[in-house]
Amino acid sequence: MIVLGRVLILLGSAFLFLGGLGVLRMPDVYNRLQAGTKATTLGAMTVIIGSALIAPAIATKAVLLVIFIALSNPISSSTVARSAYRAGIPLGGGAQRDDWRDAQEGV
Amino acid sequence: MIAVSLVLIGVGATFTILRLLIGPTSFDRLLASDTLAVTAVAFLAILSTGVGGALYIDVAIVYGIIGFVGVVVIARFLQGVRR
Repeated sequence: MIVLGRVLILLGSAFLFLGGLGVLRMPDVYNRLQAGTKATTLGAMTVIIGSALIAPAIATKAVLLVIFIALSNPISSSTVARSAYRAGIPLGGGAQRDDWRDAQEGV
Repeated sequence: MIAVSLVLIGVGATFTILRLLIGPTSFDRLLASDTLAVTAVAFLAILSTGVGGALYIDVAIVYGIIGFVGVVVIARFLQGVRR
């Protein structure tokens, strides 16, 4: 059980590292948001489950924390993306289509 | 193995802090602080597995709640502002 917990912690911290790298290297606000939020959600949940497997005394609070992260992280991600779009940040790089603008124009 | 995990998370948090410092718009800084909050929650969860470290999981829960509420409030505040 402890070995499984350590493997899960190593896997999750690799995802957290890739999330930080994506936040630094992606070309656009929306791409950075995608990389930073999805990778760190999976990484943090995996790390917390691994910690609960290592130390069973914190398992209840760890499950609570996993549920809270699974609920709160998509909410903050979509709120930041919507406020960036409404504040007029342009789509960057090779963006081909803009579904929100098309829906507002009735295309 | 735990030390390797802590170093990986620390390097990822360093990249996020660089984006927090150089980010061109306010939304870059906002999403960097969001990513940094989740990374810090995972770091504190690893610290709570050590001997006598069961208190850190409470710190992780409170930090997660405060980070989430702060990011949502600042995003709603910046919604009508140009850049």
